[in-house]
Amino acid sequence: MILGLEFPPISHVVEWPTLFGGGAFGVNKVILLMWISVGLVCALFFVAGRKRALVPTGAQNVAESTVEFVQDQIVLQTMGPEGLGYTPFLLTLFTFVLTCNIWGLIPGVQMPVNARIALPVFMALVVYVIYHAAGLRHQGPIKYFKSIMFLPGVPWPMYFLLTPIELVTKFITQPLSLAVRLFANMLAGHLLLVSFAVITQALVESTIIGGALPLALLIFLSAFELLVAFLQAYIFTILAAVYIADAMHPEH
Amino acid sequence: MLHMLAEQDPGELVEGLTAVGRGIVYGGAAIGPGIGIGLVVGNAITAMARQPEAAGMVRTTMFLGIAFTEALALFGFVLAFIISG
Repeated sequence: MILGLEFPPISHVVEWPTLFGGGAFGVNKVILLMWISVGLVCALFFVAGRKRALVPTGAQNVAESTVEFVQDQIVLQTMGPEGLGYTPFLLTLFTFVLTCNIWGLIPGVQMPVNARIALPVFMALVVYVIYHAAGLRHQGPIKYFKSIMFLPGVPWPMYFLLTPIELVTKFITQPLSLAVRLFANMLAGHLLLVSFAVITQALVESTIIGGALPLALLIFLSAFELLVAFLQAYIFTILAAVYIADAMHPEH
Repeated sequence: MLHMLAEQDPGELVEGLTAVGRGIVYGGAAIGPGIGIGLVVGNAITAMARQPEAAGMVRTTMFLGIAFTEALALFGFVLAFIISG
């Protein structure tokens, strides 16, 4: 209770009852939305790829501009031409994260899948495995671990300080911050929208006119959250690309 | 003051202090990243104004810098929820 407003507790905002199934395999709203996102992303690219017209229209247009965006703005900017082999993986990441985030803004659904930490953690683990695998494949195990532990061009006493920091960074901090960044951003956005919805409802109930300002702010914040949803998908993908590029070529 | 505290239900005191602690944790965690993001974006704008042809590259690096700086504030945000009385 703050100023007579009844804010829902945090567990009511992000926890949903199980719809069917039980135990660890119970399916709730978040899982269902995740499946729908998988279906939507698959459907978009299947429909776009089936009839390839020279002048793209509809779904093909959307798919082509997405591919172009990921290729030009993410892969070529961070990994250069030799990273083009990773485009399909990064494209999948980008579209899936974006679709999952957008659910927070669809009226009637309003639950970003990434506001629960399970999915971000899983995707961060996938990225973690892939960037270490890329490093091992491109440099070989000995050279890869040497490049992680001993930065070139540093006087040797500094290694006592730098080697532990680098090891913790590569093996713990990078995947952890990748998962927590996406999760915390979406949770914060979700809570922000919930708070403003509660305020708007309370003010509209007491004085109809008083609700106008929070309602306008709510609409503005929804537009802001759309930007955040896109930006977080972009940042998640570009960081995955940077980590892979770092593992492939250590010198920088 | 102490007399008032002694009369109070201890659970209530813990709850109140937890709420204060959460506020302090998030507020404290937001100071550094706030300054940091300001520096990153400000310098990126300077760079873009001086050399508009490099704007694309600067923008990519700017978002990376923001993402790394922002992570600290978000750790504080998550920590504020983890703290419980």
